[in-house]
Amino acid sequence: MKISINGAAKDVTSTNLAAVLHEAGYRDARVATAVNGNFVPVGPTCVMPDRSWRSGGNCRAAARRVM
Amino acid sequence: VRHARSKLAIRWKLSRRGKEGDVTAFYGVELPTAFMLGTAQYPSPAILGAAFRESAASVATVSVRREAAGAQAGEGFWRLIRDLGVHVLPNTAGCHSSSEAITTAKMARELFETDWIKLEVIGHSDSLQPDPFGLVEAAASLCRDGFKVFPYTTEDLVLADRLLDAGCEVLMPWGAPIGTGLGLVNPLWVAKLARAISGCADGY
Repeated sequence: MKISINGAAKDVTSTNLAAVLHEAGYRDARVATAVNGNFVPVGPTCVMPDRSWRSGGNCRAAARRVM
Repeated sequence: VRHARSKLAIRWKLSRRGKEGDVTAFYGVELPTAFMLGTAQYPSPAILGAAFRESAASVATVSVRREAAGAQAGEGFWRLIRDLGVHVLPNTAGCHSSSEAITTAKMARELFETDWIKLEVIGHSDSLQPDPFGLVEAAASLCRDGFKVFPYTTEDLVLADRLLDAGCEVLMPWGAPIGTGLGLVNPLWVAKLARAISGCADGY
């Protein structure tokens, strides 16, 4: 499945957000995520319905960065 | 301190403690000073730390950035900021719509574990002037969601009223366009705004 993470195309096999983040290399990173522009809080709700990804999900992962 | 960008916050609610000095309260959190510092563009972490120590700033503004897979850069910066012992004020820098700002605010709340948010909704790319309409829309939504909103706004009095009506208790009017370092470009109207929201009699 092709998705976009922080603007970069990615091929993943996982179908829920937690697994996708793990597969994409965010294993130990503390990140907040938004899918298709909508914030996804950590916890049980991070399991996204499959349709979110089938539609060409656009995932944004942001970590604690300062400005 | 030369490298730091200072920020001005107008306090809507003030509390006083004796004659020794004012105590600023932002959303019920008492601070020894309203002085805030940004955390970007320092030559080194050591200089950033020195700037905060020398300025005695109470609040550090921070932003949410995209993190590359496998990178842990953000965590190191976060530890640095946390060790400063100041309050953290995340912002929605770079957001050009209310929806984008709302999403970023929610991400910031989760990452930084605070419901404080410096709300920036940029309306003009060159000057980075706030979008007043998107700002009010986002502020109202975030206030309803329990955020303590610090809106980055112009010195416009009507816009200030709308933001207060939306539930904001603090306003952060711009002193000058972001990054210009021009200081207070329009002190007359910033002072007028401060008097207006403090309930003081107006005058030029």
